Amino acid sequence: MARKLSFLLAINEAMHQEMARDESVIVLGEDIAGGAGGSAGNDEAWGGALGATQGLKTKYPNRVLDTPISESAFIGAAVGAAAAGMRPIAELMFVDFMGVCFDQIYNQAAKFRYMFGGNAVTPVVIRTMYGAGLRAASQHSQTLYPLFAHIPGLKVVIPSNPYDAKGLLIQAIRDNDPIVFFEHKALYELEGEVPEESYTIPFGEANIVREGSDVTIVAVGRMVQQSLIAAETLAAEGISVEIVDPRTISPLDEDTIYESVENTGRLVIVDEAHPRCSFASDVGALVAQNAFHALTAPIRMVTAPHSPVPFSPSLEDLFVPSPEKIAAAVRGVMNAKAGARR
Amino acid sequence: MGIQPELRLQMYETMLRIRRFEEETAALFAAGDLPGFVHLSIGQEAVPTGICAALDPADTITATHRGHGHILAKGADMGRMMAELMGKRTGYCAGKGGSMHISSLDLGVLGANGILGAGQPIAVGAALSARLLGEERISVTFFGEGASAQGGVHEAMNLAAVWKLPVVFVAEINGWAELSPYSDHVSVPSLVDRAAGYGIDAASVDGTDVEAVLDGAREAVERCRSGEGPVLLEARTQRWHGHFEGDRQLYRPEGEVAALPELYDPLVLQSDRLLELGIASEAELDAIERRVAEEVAEAVLFGRNSPESAPEDALLHVYSTDGRGGAA
Repeated sequence: MARKLSFLLAINEAMHQEMARDESVIVLGEDIAGGAGGSAGNDEAWGGALGATQGLKTKYPNRVLDTPISESAFIGAAVGAAAAGMRPIAELMFVDFMGVCFDQIYNQAAKFRYMFGGNAVTPVVIRTMYGAGLRAASQHSQTLYPLFAHIPGLKVVIPSNPYDAKGLLIQAIRDNDPIVFFEHKALYELEGEVPEESYTIPFGEANIVREGSDVTIVAVGRMVQQSLIAAETLAAEGISVEIVDPRTISPLDEDTIYESVENTGRLVIVDEAHPRCSFASDVGALVAQNAFHALTAPIRMVTAPHSPVPFSPSLEDLFVPSPEKIAAAVRGVMNAKAGARR
Repeated sequence: MGIQPELRLQMYETMLRIRRFEEETAALFAAGDLPGFVHLSIGQEAVPTGICAALDPADTITATHRGHGHILAKGADMGRMMAELMGKRTGYCAGKGGSMHISSLDLGVLGANGILGAGQPIAVGAALSARLLGEERISVTFFGEGASAQGGVHEAMNLAAVWKLPVVFVAEINGWAELSPYSDHVSVPSLVDRAAGYGIDAASVDGTDVEAVLDGAREAVERCRSGEGPVLLEARTQRWHGHFEGDRQLYRPEGEVAALPELYDPLVLQSDRLLELGIASEAELDAIERRVAEEVAEAVLFGRNSPESAPEDALLHVYSTDGRGGAA
């Protein structure tokens, strides 16, 4: 029986192993050590907002930098350090804070290589928490990866389980391009089999999480877990669901999505982001352009609404795509006919 | 420390190279031979020249949108710069950067930046990498009064101060934040007044006098190298041209621009000094002038004769691999 580890500890282990392997790997962010800059009290009292960086400061005191609350400065410093020989992992505590440092990500890190004629590498990883479910209200709950996936030069990684979290993070740290690595808050406790040894998962290779023949669901991050629950319910009704988890949305493994849709003829995309100009709309458009002939029913998207994330627990529960909503969408495409009105 | 005669002469030549390169750039732009946005630093040549004369080749800089002088002073080849301005394949950025983004990691130029206040956090990162890698190099970042209002500048100064990193923040104060005078954007008489807020050392120098800039730079660099943390160095200078080429500067008082060369010419100041001290003769200065003119002419020729970018270059270098992630 393979060892089980939580999503959180899988991420922690990936950083430990890469810091041991490569001295140029550094970690910087707010409250990632003691929560007091490491200069007072216990260095390991905190270890990041949810503890992902626990134990790193004690082991690598010079390479773990607890920063001021100053995202523009420390994300920018990570970008500059990357261009000057390091492999920084910067923790942007909540992706909602991108607003105060986005220039360093999309105008600087993403463009160095291209804008400088291929002469620069910027191997920086920005780890960030996303997603609703913690009653954290509008400014600490968003799912903003579509904004990053839109930018050429950035790679966008969204693990859905502990095994992928470790392998994808190690790949990200070794990659020479700027990476934004999205960790869903509600997944940190999720347990799964994670090998102790170091391993990588290549970007742009989707994982077929569950095989099926009637409907393809494409989902990332926490939505993969929600879709798995829905698929169980649907299986009991005789509907066979295939779940494709692209794992990275930039680069995107389009081929695996098309192949799955060729087999099932039906597509439901599940995305916790807002519906407009999103991952869901992107996949929908790609399939409509490149695999339309295979579709026997209209494409359906199950997404959060076009509204900020509400605080009220009852409203937040309505905001996040639920297994029930996903199952309903699947039943909908099973009953629909291509060309029929909605 | 005194300034060696060779260095005095060399700084004159560097300033002349910047001046003539930019005059040619202005002429080419006016003739419609250069695409895009061009921001010139004519009148400010002493600042990058004096600063870079205090640096080692391994030291890094971040430059600004008005950055031709910074990059030439750091040792750039004029031909590859002109080719970049023309968008040619042989340019420093293979024609993909243009005037505002010239970079050369080999020369320690971590990019000229089109975003005000973006270079400063990057410079902090370069200094951080130097410390962690155990390298002696320091990090210099240029900005002006316009960028001085940006959050990135404040955050970078605070972070560099908290971490005691070897960063020289060079405030190149040319009197203008784009199209507005200094006093419309800055509430203190000198940026030096802000240094206390970060707990860092600061000094102000005459940015028209290359030797005053060098003296200030040497002191700042020395402090950084000895591990005492960042320094803010303000250089008061003058911008002769507009914010961008084509800007007629109608917002400036009548006669002000015309009077600038008479009052604030770093080249005249230095050539007078060289003649007075007997470091160079008129004939020697003329020889430098001819050499630089030739270099500029060759640079233009190199640019013109260089191949255009090919369509297949357009999608090159977006990622370091095919986009699927390559191991280090």
